[in-house]
Amino acid sequence: MSNPDFSRRHFLKVSAIAGGGVMFGFHLLADANPAQHLADTIFSPNAYVSIDSKGLITLMSPNPEIGQGVKTALPMILAEELDVQWDKVVVEMAPLDQSKYGSQNAGGSGAIRGRFMPIRNAGATARQMLITAAAQQWGVNEADCYAENAFIIHKPTGKKLSYGELAAKAAVLPVPSTVKLKDPKDFKIIGTRVHNIDNHKIITGQPLYGIDTRREGMLFAIVARPPAFGKTFKSFDDTETRKVAGVKNVVQVHNVVAVLATSTWAAKKGRDVLKVVWEDTSPLESSTDHIASFTELLNNKSDKPGRNDGDIDAALSNSNYKIVEAVYQVPVLSHANMEPLNFFADVKGDKVELYGPTQVPANLRGAVAKALNVPQENITLGMPRQGGGFGRKLQTDYGVEAALISQAAKVPVQLLWMREDDMQGDYYRPASMFKYQAAIDPAKNEIAAWHFNGAVLSGGSAGKPDGFPAASIANYRADNHSLKTNIQTGPWRAPTSNSVAFADECFLDELAHQMKKDPIALRLELIEKAKNQPAGKAASYDPAKYKSVIDLVTQISGWGKPKKPNVYQGFAAHFSFNTYAAHVAEVTKMKNGKLRVTKVYSAINCGRVVNQSGAETQVEGAIIDGLSHALFSKVTFDKGAVEQTNFHTYKFLRMKDAPIEVMVKFVQTDDAPTGLGEPGLPPIAPAVGNAVFAATGIRYRTLPFEFEKA
Amino acid sequence: MASYKISVNNKLVTVEADADTPMLWVLRDHLNLVGTKFGCGIAQCGACTVHFNGFAMRSCQLPISEVKDSKITTIEGLSTDGSHPVQKAWSEMDVPQCGYCQTGQIMAASALLKQNPHPTDNDIDLAMNNICRCGTHYRIRKAIHLAAEKGVAAR
Repeated sequence: MSNPDFSRRHFLKVSAIAGGGVMFGFHLLADANPAQHLADTIFSPNAYVSIDSKGLITLMSPNPEIGQGVKTALPMILAEELDVQWDKVVVEMAPLDQSKYGSQNAGGSGAIRGRFMPIRNAGATARQMLITAAAQQWGVNEADCYAENAFIIHKPTGKKLSYGELAAKAAVLPVPSTVKLKDPKDFKIIGTRVHNIDNHKIITGQPLYGIDTRREGMLFAIVARPPAFGKTFKSFDDTETRKVAGVKNVVQVHNVVAVLATSTWAAKKGRDVLKVVWEDTSPLESSTDHIASFTELLNNKSDKPGRNDGDIDAALSNSNYKIVEAVYQVPVLSHANMEPLNFFADVKGDKVELYGPTQVPANLRGAVAKALNVPQENITLGMPRQGGGFGRKLQTDYGVEAALISQAAKVPVQLLWMREDDMQGDYYRPASMFKYQAAIDPAKNEIAAWHFNGAVLSGGSAGKPDGFPAASIANYRADNHSLKTNIQTGPWRAPTSNSVAFADECFLDELAHQMKKDPIALRLELIEKAKNQPAGKAASYDPAKYKSVIDLVTQISGWGKPKKPNVYQGFAAHFSFNTYAAHVAEVTKMKNGKLRVTKVYSAINCGRVVNQSGAETQVEGAIIDGLSHALFSKVTFDKGAVEQTNFHTYKFLRMKDAPIEVMVKFVQTDDAPTGLGEPGLPPIAPAVGNAVFAATGIRYRTLPFEFEKA
Repeated sequence: MASYKISVNNKLVTVEADADTPMLWVLRDHLNLVGTKFGCGIAQCGACTVHFNGFAMRSCQLPISEVKDSKITTIEGLSTDGSHPVQKAWSEMDVPQCGYCQTGQIMAASALLKQNPHPTDNDIDLAMNNICRCGTHYRIRKAIHLAAEKGVAAR
């Protein structure tokens, strides 16, 4: 039985299963009494660092790990300032305790950006106290002592003491209020290539994920949920369900009916023969209605533009100008995390134990407290490694559902959503439609006016009014319409950017071709204007940094240079979550006549790179994820029902459609690091659309591209 | 319910289950071998890939009653310590992001290399059709080439 309690004791047990020797000190510790060992943690100047007398150094990683690599990167920052070798530390997932760790969320590509300085300080504080302890013990000047690889060394004599030897003495020292951080030129870990901390456990199939939770007396729960948005629960008949071997209970909570059984398969079979009556309580919407409404909305400007520079109407009606119009469209998308939604809950009276995947553990605990009417302090919440996030786990619905089922059935419950439930009960990336009108001044061969008019399902924003090319065009207006809906929508990897970058960057490409300019040269001209003669209020992007990624990708991709036969390039860039990304996609006309994205070049400016391998893989992954959705993925609704139920109809890219190579390069800079979970995704769809135009002369303005249907 | 004696990771085990129970759930719920993952239940994603007499098979579509005297190998049986060349290549290339689909990918890749110790890019395209939402395909390709180079055939 695995134990979801990720205490050190559990860690030791898991290491033993793995065959041992994977972590420092394993053999020594395996023989020790774990309780004795925990009591041995004698120096812990803050919540992030603890050192025991044997020198075992444990670093806590505070944020949920959803595949974005923070469980590796955040402790790297700690280890750097603490000055310990990376392969000698133990990394553990911190428990939920925001009073100690601050905001423990995974979203907005914010973990590295927000925690870089606080975590450096935490590591440096511990190092400083160990130096003080050594100096006091030797009766020497602190200034003559330095830290290196978990030792404090006295420079004049070369004598040294290990962190383990100093831990007891350091523990009684006052915690300094200010500490000296390392000079970045002395970094030994930050900026290097460090592998995913959980690789060994992942590749050996150890129980790492919420779905792997197994507890004494636990039942598996699978739920019948409304077949369409607009329908709600009315009544149920569980006669047949209770005849299924292994089914132990059927409970109804909120808007769903849960079948509890001794195995997943029994629960599923029981759920499949459950008879539930649903009733229509709000309109049953269809995607065709949404698209018709978008079209209608985009006939008009919005009441309040997001940005309005110059005089858009005058420019668009100037008879000397050439007017270019285009309409772009993106579909609803599902999150489709590879690990379907699940949560473990054990409600015993007013005490609740929760364990499972979430990007917002504190929100989830709060939502459970409210739903069950128990105090938050009675709820513990543990976080496993998570099989993806992408924004779905910013919602708390499935965790609350698990807790309600456990409360109603009075047993520990592992709730699992089958793929069909997951895909049909999502908080979807909303669909959008974008209408552009631009005026080209033929005398100057430049863009005189840009009108963006966007509509989005739900109450969000269709566009980014202050994003590029804002400030580079004298007459510029951005309008936004949102379409009310009862379809659940929510953030999806790089919200808004994941849609509007496609439209903005393809339309810019259209204008470049209209003006017979190189698409990159056009961007560089616009950036010069944004930098030197900006129109209107400040834009959201820094023109110099935007240019840095364009220059780098131009260089690495051999843009504008002769290509092999049948190879065509397309460019796009986008700024999101404080990070700049520019991609060149290379499309090859294959021997069978089909198009394949064979190579992608990417240039990124995310400030200082913390983990070279982790950073590259985030961008490679964002590119392939973005390409996959751009080529294949679409959710549609018919009378409130989701028409795609599983991966046979909601399609993802397979190896045969993946690029053979993805080259990622980072702009070298000493700027503070920003995030990378999201920013690599938005520019890939337009880079591919632009490359396909270069290859075929056909402009695809609707996602997914579905080239083969054209 | 019926009783089945099957070979999993070279051990004979007895399982009480309905005849239609997919091996995926037998492994996960009856035998607590949770390295085999659930992703779709309809043989589309490959997260549940195991070896069936050495060939890659999606265990969600394999009822326990069909196993009979065939040999099932799961990620837990591929090696006990992560020493299989494909596992080592996965580590060396730092393939995993969220990691959830990777055991299925490793089982698919190790089956491919057993049949074809030196696959071309085209062979990899045809054989590797598991889904990965994180987009680790580029590193998976490199890891398969690396494992081939280091000699899976020698095992």
